[in-house]
Amino acid sequence: MDNLNIPLIRLENIGMVYKIGDISYEVLKGINLVIENGEFVSIMGASGSGKSTLMNILGCLDKPTSGSYFLEGKDVSGLTSDELAEIRNKKIGFVFQGFNLIQRLSIIENVMLPLYYSGIHSKDAAEIAMEALRLVSLSEKENKFPNQISGGEQQRVAIARAIVNDAPIIMADEPTGNLDSVRGADVMNFFEKINAERGATIILVTHDRHIADYGKRLITVKDGVIISSDKK
Amino acid sequence: MKQKRVKFAFFLDLESAYKTLLRNKIRSFLTILGIIIGVGSVIATVSIGQGASEAIQNSINSMGSNLLIVLPGSSSLGGIHSGFGVLPTLTLNDVYAIRKLPAVKTDSGMLGMPQQVIWRGNNWSTLVNGANSSFTVIRDWPVAKGTFFSPEQVKSAANVAVIGNTAATELFGLIDPIGHIILIHNVPFTVIGLLSVKGFNAFGQDQDDTVVIPITTMMQKIAGTTWVHAIAVSSKSNKDTLRAQSEITALLRQRHRIPLHKPDDFFVRNLAELAETANSSANTFTILLASIAAVSLLVGGIGIMNIMLVSVTERTKEIGIRMAIGAKKSDILKQFLIESSVLSLFGGILGIGFGFGISSAITAFSPLKTIVTTEPIIISLAFSLCVGIFFGFYPAFKASRMNPVEALRYE
Repeated sequence: MDNLNIPLIRLENIGMVYKIGDISYEVLKGINLVIENGEFVSIMGASGSGKSTLMNILGCLDKPTSGSYFLEGKDVSGLTSDELAEIRNKKIGFVFQGFNLIQRLSIIENVMLPLYYSGIHSKDAAEIAMEALRLVSLSEKENKFPNQISGGEQQRVAIARAIVNDAPIIMADEPTGNLDSVRGADVMNFFEKINAERGATIILVTHDRHIADYGKRLITVKDGVIISSDKK
Repeated sequence: MKQKRVKFAFFLDLESAYKTLLRNKIRSFLTILGIIIGVGSVIATVSIGQGASEAIQNSINSMGSNLLIVLPGSSSLGGIHSGFGVLPTLTLNDVYAIRKLPAVKTDSGMLGMPQQVIWRGNNWSTLVNGANSSFTVIRDWPVAKGTFFSPEQVKSAANVAVIGNTAATELFGLIDPIGHIILIHNVPFTVIGLLSVKGFNAFGQDQDDTVVIPITTMMQKIAGTTWVHAIAVSSKSNKDTLRAQSEITALLRQRHRIPLHKPDDFFVRNLAELAETANSSANTFTILLASIAAVSLLVGGIGIMNIMLVSVTERTKEIGIRMAIGAKKSDILKQFLIESSVLSLFGGILGIGFGFGISSAITAFSPLKTIVTTEPIIISLAFSLCVGIFFGFYPAFKASRMNPVEALRYE
């Protein structure tokens, strides 16, 4: 098989239904989506549109109730939770709105954590983590703790953690939501840099039009369906 | 470049657990208090038991090494059984015959009776013992001063005496008794030796309150008998005790011409049996105490489970983050199991210190003797580790089954 012909991500008729008591909520209704390797995609939508659920499925945090998800040509919609954990570890890096660093661990230990879960320990892990920290210009703060650095810096640590395992996909969920516009722009520049220099595919979920504009393709979700997908 | 914080995986796990526990010092301490008390009391109670059984062992050993005692039999005439030692069946010739047996090192006839002993204006009622010159070997009881009487002095029924420490103090005070003449039963004896201090025996008798004279002198000049109360026998070694016992039985049956169908007219008592009985009752007591203490270890384990459940809930978000970046169920399980194990093991270590403290306090402030051995330390450490793993499992399992999406949403 030729890798070039297989899209990085292909969603086929993905549906997601939540049941709360006797009432079912259909959050995603037949989503079809293809994302190619190296793309920078922004997913926009109002709250309740289903964009967060879509991101959870794309990020292998959740399994769809119907449809198929092909990641690098492999159907991952039926995998066990441990198999999904391994995919998240190797293929996907997460950057969240609330940074989601572990406060007890130092900066470099936070960045080393994905390596730890993929079985890379000791000296190698520290070298790789330092490399990632250099990429987000934070190599001087390796021994600091999350509460000793600014929000923008924390988010850059989260970016370093997302790229440390050379994941082909970076999922960013409202990455600038807790930052002012200057710091936000700073963080977004790093995403652009990672996309351009490392060829990582960036999937950005936001409700901020301004931030979404950093992407090269804009997907709009409304009421559980994709209503537009425009390349710039 | 600054020094990097590099660790191996397991140490990373341990350190992570350690840091987490240190963040809540008071809570962690209160959690392991149950384990500390549990382990501490197991070690303290076992140390009391060990001390008691050693004290028993010592006092039995103080009666003599590899000691066997031959007593005359009881009579059973017309269905009435009298006690031990009333039949005049053991003679000095029996003593000399037993001495030649292969498993026997040496032996001594024993004939004791309380007598009033007089020196100048002082008198004191004490146990006067007739014995052979092998007495010091059999009873493992050397003289502190002077000499013990010789085989020749026994043969010639010499009027010599060796005096025990208590009797010497009562009669002579601070004066050196050696060379003085004492009167026993109005017979003059020259004191030729002072026995070393022996202390009390297992039955609470002061063994030093005695005067020892040659068995022949005792039989002829004091008691006026031709038989001895008992024969004390020392076997060649600890292993030979049982062999000596059967040899003595066979010999005495032959010497006393006892037909096959008749019972022995004597008894052979083995002090090892006595020691075993005393030890086994001390052990039963120790096991009872230790198992009560072990219950508090279990209670401590329940405390650990309680706190680990709280901790898992509090750290739902962290669990979500770890899962998002690739932690498997087993990784989360391992993390929390290591945490509860470190907690309980730390409690165990503090408990050992606590146990040492209690047992040395008992030794210092009470007459009880305590001995801390490695066995209860290893067992209670292992037990507390098991408690940590057992009671930590359910909270860790709960953490590992969390849904990453919901865990990440938790604030």
